[in-house]
Amino acid sequence: MATVEVTFTPLPAHVRTARLVATAVARRSGVDESLLDEVRLAVGEACSRAVEAHQRHCPAEPVKIEMTEQDERFVVTVSDHAPTAPARVETAPASDGGSREGVGYDGAGYDGGSAIPAGFGLAVISGLADDVRVLSTSSGVSIRMSWPSTAATS
Amino acid sequence: MDLKLGHYNKDGIEVVDVEGEIDVYTAPRLRELLIDLVNKNNYQLVVNMEKVEFLDSTGLGVLVGGLKRVRAHDGSLDLVCTQERILKIFRITGLTKVFGIHDTVDEAIAAKKSEK
Repeated sequence: MATVEVTFTPLPAHVRTARLVATAVARRSGVDESLLDEVRLAVGEACSRAVEAHQRHCPAEPVKIEMTEQDERFVVTVSDHAPTAPARVETAPASDGGSREGVGYDGAGYDGGSAIPAGFGLAVISGLADDVRVLSTSSGVSIRMSWPSTAATS
Repeated sequence: MDLKLGHYNKDGIEVVDVEGEIDVYTAPRLRELLIDLVNKNNYQLVVNMEKVEFLDSTGLGVLVGGLKRVRAHDGSLDLVCTQERILKIFRITGLTKVFGIHDTVDEAIAAKKSEK
């Protein structure tokens, strides 16, 4: 299946568009119906993260999402160009060292600005896709996620 | 409209009905409503998520923010949700331990009353 690529202005309003496109392409490439909610959520989280990074650092730069099939897996890569410090690639946030099952957030330690610690979106993504890779460079972050497609369901 | 919000008072508890998708784009409206309710001295809140079709970490952040605000006034914020697709994100994040989650609005209200 050919790659589908969507580029969008980093506005919160477009995150839903990206979710819908990713879900449609996932369905077409044979990802099991039972996994589509996970795809939707994970892609939404990655795009939200990229949009917020761009709004802070480079609001004129678009966010890119690429969807393709590789080795019987549906692969989504969300890339941003925000020149930030590398994203924390933990599967649980640093605040209190949550367990693998839940990130152990106890709702107590936030400041007024954001109730959820930075990195939470990545933690959610890690809980939804069994294959998540974060490539972080000084010029941006790429989050690559994949799910089994077509005949690959085990 | 991506997100529809309504609220009403029942037995002294403010119930917030949420319908649609709660994400980075729509969550600020829910946040504003919760802040507004607290500013008007409503500290016992129930958020009905039964018609929520999508919830992400931004939405979770708004709910946690609302919980913290009411707790500052010794209040509480409980949720009504039976949808597995929505409960999933609470489970992944461990927030099932933080929020009281009930099957119906009436159950949520009864639970609050029995706490008093």
